[in-house]
Amino acid sequence: MTETPIVELQGVARAFGRVVAISDLSMTVPRGTVTVLLGPNGAGKTTAVRLVTGALRPQKGTIRVFGEDPLEHGESVRSRCGVVAAKPALYDRLTGRDNLKYAAELYGASNPNAIGEAAERFGITGALDLRVGGYSTGMKSRLALARAILHDPELLLLDEPTAGLDPEAARAVLKLIDWMAETGKTIVMCTHLLLEAEGIADQVVIMDRGASLVAGSPKELSERYWPPTVVLDAENRELLFDKIEKSEGIVSFEKNGHALVELDSLARVPDLVAALTKARVRLTRVEPVVPNLEELYFAVQKKGNR
Amino acid sequence: MNWRRALVIARTDLKQLRVSRDFWIPMLIMAGLFFVIVPTILLFTITRLANVEIIQKVGETLDVLPKAVQASVRGDTPAARASYAMAVYLFAPLAVVVPLTISSAVAANAIVGEREKGTGEFLAHSPADEREIYLGKLIASIIPGYLTTLVGFAIYALVVNIIVGPSVGGWFFPTGDWWLLMFWVVPPFIALALSFVVRVSSRVKSAAAAQQASGLITLPLILLAAGQSSGALFGAHAAGWLLGILAWIGAGIGLARGRHAVNRERLLGVDPNA
Repeated sequence: MTETPIVELQGVARAFGRVVAISDLSMTVPRGTVTVLLGPNGAGKTTAVRLVTGALRPQKGTIRVFGEDPLEHGESVRSRCGVVAAKPALYDRLTGRDNLKYAAELYGASNPNAIGEAAERFGITGALDLRVGGYSTGMKSRLALARAILHDPELLLLDEPTAGLDPEAARAVLKLIDWMAETGKTIVMCTHLLLEAEGIADQVVIMDRGASLVAGSPKELSERYWPPTVVLDAENRELLFDKIEKSEGIVSFEKNGHALVELDSLARVPDLVAALTKARVRLTRVEPVVPNLEELYFAVQKKGNR
Repeated sequence: MNWRRALVIARTDLKQLRVSRDFWIPMLIMAGLFFVIVPTILLFTITRLANVEIIQKVGETLDVLPKAVQASVRGDTPAARASYAMAVYLFAPLAVVVPLTISSAVAANAIVGEREKGTGEFLAHSPADEREIYLGKLIASIIPGYLTTLVGFAIYALVVNIIVGPSVGGWFFPTGDWWLLMFWVVPPFIALALSFVVRVSSRVKSAAAAQQASGLITLPLILLAAGQSSGALFGAHAAGWLLGILAWIGAGIGLARGRHAVNRERLLGVDPNA
């Protein structure tokens, strides 16, 4: 029996007047995974988060969160979600503690020590009794994160959690997301920063103009969208270039100090290496090219636009 | 409907008001002006300085009041009668103007304020039901106005009893009609006004627009309420009860209709009709 996904969107659409925010979004988020919604500004990532919690009503499609419709069972769904919006959405005139207390009471946090523990975890204990209006952007982000986990949510929705942060603070936030993932939370994170998603994502959903172009693990996406490519280098480089051109299964190759070779399949590599060795090419480097998320993103975009 | 959550929302809003001096200082000044300073000066002028011109003018006003009202005015001298009439009848509209002004100012920011600060996003994603948010916002709007009015009313009672009491045979205020006004007539008028203002607050694009629009809405209501409250005191005791019943019915309808104005899409600043 397959486990019910935490989030399931099927053919969801939502427009605001003539502006189409989401045109056709489908995605599935399994329990205990980190899913990154990747896309440029205006791709519909924030709208997607709002649809998941039932804060917005879809005009088309179906949404299930924890197996329930968030519009019909909003209270039940939202009380199991923690949300960090693109802007921290904090009450500036209140203290950090007041902000946390408000959230704890609204969400019915059962742990009486939740505020202290969350503040400790995010390193804001010393600032809890200060007005939030005086906090730095980084501290506000930490407070917003602390607020989102107070009630021990099963699903965390993070909308550009590092927006506006300096690199050090952004790194700290990403480390905290890592920690939350380790504790078994299901995380959906929106970002347009490709580097940010690198190393965090179990699953990437690439969005553009309100639609999910593609979804899968970085490995799956590499296999589907990244051409099998290897870097080859040899002591006798000219001979290498000459022989590669004549080898079987070569789609293209570039001379770039070394040879960057696109094959019709990575399965060709052993035969290619054997053939080159037999042809007296003294190979010094044979290395498959693993794309980073940025390269993968543009590869998907390129295929999507064809 | 989770009442605890509605109260949490109300309490947090009230806490924000409490720490916002720029809000409550002008409101306190207004209440002090209406309930203490102006009545003190006028009543003191009549009773102690025996300003003949003012006494004559108040006397003329008393002549056009219903006979029953004229008969209930206490005092042996024209000055005493004038001051009694002023204390009991002429300041009645204050009981309406102050709470409506303060509560409307708070309510105007209720939804659009959340949206402008970006905190609407937090509420929209929270488990709070839209009715709970609406109720919380209403409670947070009613309490500052009504509480200020009750405190102002108590101080006003003290002021008029100290200044006018000796000339009319002792402490006389509040009269039965004032109790009726404060606890039966004023609350539904506040609720009615707020049901309009919260609706406005959820629809406009900025807090400034909400203040302007709520002023337009509440001004006629203030005039109506002020006129009716005076009328309730001038008329028979039963008129006050009847007026209260009508106001409560109006408030009930207004509040029920206003509930639909607050929804998550508006908290996010999204037009739900789009």
